[in-house]
Amino acid sequence: MADTKHNSEDYLRMYSQMVRIRAFEDNANQLYLSAKMPGLTHMYSGEEAVAVGICEALTDNDRITSTHRGHGHCVAKGADFKAMFCELLGKEEGYCRGKGGSMHIADQSHGNLGANAIVGGSMGIATGSALRAKMQGSDDVTVCFFGDGATAQGLLYEVMNMAALWSLPVIYACENNGYSEYTKTEEIAAGSITARAEAFGIEAHSIDGQDVLAVNDLTQKLVARARKGEGPFFIELKTYRYHGHHVGDINRAYYRDKEEEAIWKEGRDPIINFGKWLEGEGVASPEELKAIEDEIRAEAKAAVEYALEAAYPDASEVDMHVYAATDPATLRPDA
Amino acid sequence: MREITLSKAVNEALAEEMRRDETVFIIGEDVAEAGTPFKVLSGLVEEFGTARVIDTPIAEPGFMGLAVGAAMTGARPVVDLMFGDFIFLIMDQLCNQAAKTHYMSGGKLNVPLVLRTNLGATRRSAAQHSQSLHALVAHIPGLKVALPSSAYEAKGLMKTAIRDNNPVVIFEDKLMYNDKAPVPEEEYLIPFGEANILREGKDITLIGTSSMVQVCERAAELLEAEGISAEVIDPRTIVPLDEETLLASARKTARVIVVDEGHQSFGVTSEIASRINEKAFYHLDAPVMRMGAMDVPVPFSPALEDLTVPTPEGVADMARKLVAGEMIHAA
Ligand SMILES: Cc1ncc(C[n+]2csc(CCOP(=O)(O)OP(=O)(O)O)c2C)c(N)n1
Repeated sequence: MADTKHNSEDYLRMYSQMVRIRAFEDNANQLYLSAKMPGLTHMYSGEEAVAVGICEALTDNDRITSTHRGHGHCVAKGADFKAMFCELLGKEEGYCRGKGGSMHIADQSHGNLGANAIVGGSMGIATGSALRAKMQGSDDVTVCFFGDGATAQGLLYEVMNMAALWSLPVIYACENNGYSEYTKTEEIAAGSITARAEAFGIEAHSIDGQDVLAVNDLTQKLVARARKGEGPFFIELKTYRYHGHHVGDINRAYYRDKEEEAIWKEGRDPIINFGKWLEGEGVASPEELKAIEDEIRAEAKAAVEYALEAAYPDASEVDMHVYAATDPATLRPDA
Repeated sequence: MREITLSKAVNEALAEEMRRDETVFIIGEDVAEAGTPFKVLSGLVEEFGTARVIDTPIAEPGFMGLAVGAAMTGARPVVDLMFGDFIFLIMDQLCNQAAKTHYMSGGKLNVPLVLRTNLGATRRSAAQHSQSLHALVAHIPGLKVALPSSAYEAKGLMKTAIRDNNPVVIFEDKLMYNDKAPVPEEEYLIPFGEANILREGKDITLIGTSSMVQVCERAAELLEAEGISAEVIDPRTIVPLDEETLLASARKTARVIVVDEGHQSFGVTSEIASRINEKAFYHLDAPVMRMGAMDVPVPFSPALEDLTVPTPEGVADMARKLVAGEMIHAA
């Protein structure tokens, strides 16, 4: 584990946040399997240390853009279970009043500009948010999450070029979980992923995405530097997704075997390993960690029950929010 | 009143709004010192600096994406897309991201940006620099679409577009940049969704957009000489569309031609004609006729290109047939 200055409270919050993501996903998966959730969803389980390590280095004023596999980012950025489950179930109390669903959750109150169902679709948005920060003299930083598969999209290279030319406070966080849908990363990505960022003169790091402290440590340093105008930065986080590409991808032996999954789940689980480290350092006892988990799981269960009972939006909302209102007073001359 | 070019009118609108609101900025290729290939933006970088008139690499999806993110987080970008034809390159950022963000977020996120670009053929620029693609974006809920038909319109619509809290696409006709029109010195804005009746008439309604407004006005003059009284209406914005004004005119004259420079099939003319058919059917004496650009890629040769867009003579000819009752059986 990395050598960082943290107090026990920070450690326990990181642990809790990772457990929150796992608990959220386990419940979301069950909702799908029991046919209570409309549509499909992509599980973040296994990748918790990435979202938590990064988001714990950010404030609510810092922004993130997320992906189709976005529940982890959303929870890590501070979102509430109830509003998230409501959104997954298309309910009125969801973060987006049920209009976005799993692949579009946005939580502006915590700086989450939204998940995105277009692979690579938010790379411009993240970079534009950073451009706005620089133009307006604001010291917030934007983190752009995307997968290894998304590095095949041309948009990344257009926006990294501009971010580097203009020293924008954006951090490109590539979650390399080894697969682009049902295809191994080495079959879709030529050469080195970090070298692509380096070609633009962007400082790039490749780290173990299962080690929450290492991720947090690096991100803290890069965020501090980005605030001072030293960005952009690029981080490749080596990680693994435990479930299929989406919840319906159950028979996946044709593209990855059970042994490989077992190696990651048993040997490299970010929550188990961090828990052991916390115990070893005397930060928390196994009982205390269990109590944290029990509390979170109870909260998740209650949130699911709440969301299942919650109301759907009224039919009158269907054509609401197509356009934002513009105050007519601002459209007058001299306004 | 003083007369200025459409190009100058756009420039003034941008300068006024940039002075009024410091979150407004311009981003695109060669927008700063070069002031764009059409020189529409000349002088702005001198006043506002390169921090607010931002030259980008040739990366349309990239800078369009940046504008969406900047707009979502508190700025008001005006994106300069050099040719309307390049809209195909930015479709994801415009139609999947900008257009849908407000809705998908349940009304929590706004994307107040302006995409200014152009339309119009007969500049001998061939098939990839001559298209009029506004119907394509008008099809996508969440986007507003303005089609200025003169310098006066261009200034007033641009100012409203910048203050609107939604993504607005403005298509300027590239052949009209040097056309002059009276434009008041005093500040004014033109509201969206309010059609302009340029000429009152009683026998037929000619609805034209963008440069086709001039075509309709010219046709009306030809018709007037023959004793046919044509009403000419410019919707100004096709999203939102001022249906009421168009329907009222259709009910009054009972004959309508819709003229637009986009391809005729599946286009703006079809949409407006349908709405009139649906809502004013029993007032009509003839089918509502569509006149759009021919359904061919725009040819380079002047001998061919000029055949592809509606002309005053063509519109007047169609109007004569409608007034004479000839189209009823042809339809
Ligand atoms: C532009 C686009 N192309 C294809 C898809 C279908 N799709 C959804 S997720 C995905 C794989 C993305 O892989 P990666 O970026 O590595 O993210 P991961 O799913 O591994 O988290 C694909 C191809 C899409 N949503 N958008």
